Amino acid sequence: MLLEARGLEVHYGGIRAVKGIDLAVDEGELVCLIGANGAGKTSTLKAICRLIPSRAGMLRYRGEDIATSPVHALPRKGLVMVPEGRGIFRQLTVEENLAIGAYALGGGDPEPQYASFPRLRERRKQVAGTLSGGEQQMLAIARALMTRPKLLLLDEPSMGLAPLMVAKIFEIVREIARQGVTILLVEQNARLALELARRGYVMESGAITLTGTAGDLLHDSKVREAYLGEGVA
Amino acid sequence: MDTFLQQLVNGLTAGSVYAVVALGYTMVYGIIQLINFAHGEVVMIGAMVAFTVINALAPGGLPPLVVVLVGTACAIPVCMLVGYSMERLAYRPLRGAPRLAPLITAIGVSILLQHLAMLVWSRNVLAFPQIIQNTTYTLAGASITSVQIAIIAVCIALMGGLALLVYRTQLGTAMRATAQNPHVAGLMGVDVNRVIAATFVIGAALGAVAGVLYGTYYGVAQYTMGSILGLKAFSAAVLGGIGNIPGAMLGGVLLGLVEALGAGYIGDLSDLCAYGWIADLMGEQCDGGHFILFGSNYQDVFAFLVLIVVLVFRPSGLLGERVGDRA
Repeated sequence: MLLEARGLEVHYGGIRAVKGIDLAVDEGELVCLIGANGAGKTSTLKAICRLIPSRAGMLRYRGEDIATSPVHALPRKGLVMVPEGRGIFRQLTVEENLAIGAYALGGGDPEPQYASFPRLRERRKQVAGTLSGGEQQMLAIARALMTRPKLLLLDEPSMGLAPLMVAKIFEIVREIARQGVTILLVEQNARLALELARRGYVMESGAITLTGTAGDLLHDSKVREAYLGEGVA
Repeated sequence: MDTFLQQLVNGLTAGSVYAVVALGYTMVYGIIQLINFAHGEVVMIGAMVAFTVINALAPGGLPPLVVVLVGTACAIPVCMLVGYSMERLAYRPLRGAPRLAPLITAIGVSILLQHLAMLVWSRNVLAFPQIIQNTTYTLAGASITSVQIAIIAVCIALMGGLALLVYRTQLGTAMRATAQNPHVAGLMGVDVNRVIAATFVIGAALGAVAGVLYGTYYGVAQYTMGSILGLKAFSAAVLGGIGNIPGAMLGGVLLGLVEALGAGYIGDLSDLCAYGWIADLMGEQCDGGHFILFGSNYQDVFAFLVLIVVLVFRPSGLLGERVGDRA
């Protein structure tokens, strides 16, 4: 078990945004977490990488309790998140963004990233804020890959992108998974996520209501009705 | 013409010191949006420590340059420690608090440091011992001393060094990343607290050197010197665009120039007898004489005049970015 959460709770003031969920990701898996806006998906990811504190519950990564670990310690252990909205450093160049990704390791060679994302190589001296949305998402992913992650958390990589670019980004995610990186993917685009993932969790108002293999979830009538925009046959 | 060139030289000297002090304000503001009002006090402590050491070593017969360098070398670590401690003890516990809380704390730290300095060094002025042979060179009608040349050279070197650090090193990249988005910087493995502490320490080291230069230029150091110098450097940082490093450099030099030229001409400009109709009104009081309203002792006014004008007409400063760019 690479990542294991039990009874994970996240509170904002008096509001319970995540209500004691259980979640597990095995080495080499691509798992997706789907659900509507405000279901608590992003809060779950943020709690896993310690960006926000969890109120209760157990959180283990490679058998180690990370519930009290500081945020910046996790990339060094191979756990990194690509945040919602990409979170690139707009006023830094592409090259510098990648350098920050390598910061945890004390530096690293961006060459493999340039090889997989030739667009980034072309623009490496350019300030990241001038990139298109898709290029920014590529940069955010490439930057995370600079930490040589074992577990990559992706928060809504398709957000705000044109359909063609979404397809491309998902192709990249598939490729990263194929190279052996474990991925936990949060997506609103449930169909794409389930077609890509091996397993999935469905989250609804702070709780996990359904879990199973991606294939089962794709054919589940409740999922089809609520998240794939289809009426019950 | 003479006045103009001369004041240009004087303004450049003071301005380059303001620029180095302003960097301390702007770096901290850039990274945690805090105006560290205690930074002027760090500069003061730098000058006081250096002067104490220099005065102790002066009779020893060492070369003056060595004496000043040793004094500076003692001031830098002391100021770095002060800078680190204030961040660690006063500001870090307030991270995430409403912005007013750290701001008021900064004023408190400033008062605290000033009074600690008073207890250590008393209210008396420390004088710079007569050890430097100050050669004066004449250049197109203006005179420039070797001390002025040294001050300008050291400031340029410091600014160049800082620019290299911020734009060419890993720590500098981490500082800029943290300034833009501390959460994401943390997610990427940057220890944000350490980067912030480093920012304070670097700013304090620059402040220490600036304090020594400023004290050497005017020949005195006192526990109160940090407040007015700090406010001027803060004005310089705002003029250049607070949070912007090249802006602080530009703002400092410009402020020094404005101040020096203002001080150079305010006497002539406010001489009532120079205006015919007023001179007529004043009658015999002006017979061959002057009636000067404001003398060059008003020079401190210009820094704040600049501050007000900038805040009214261009709050983001000369090189400042639009506030909306901050995530």
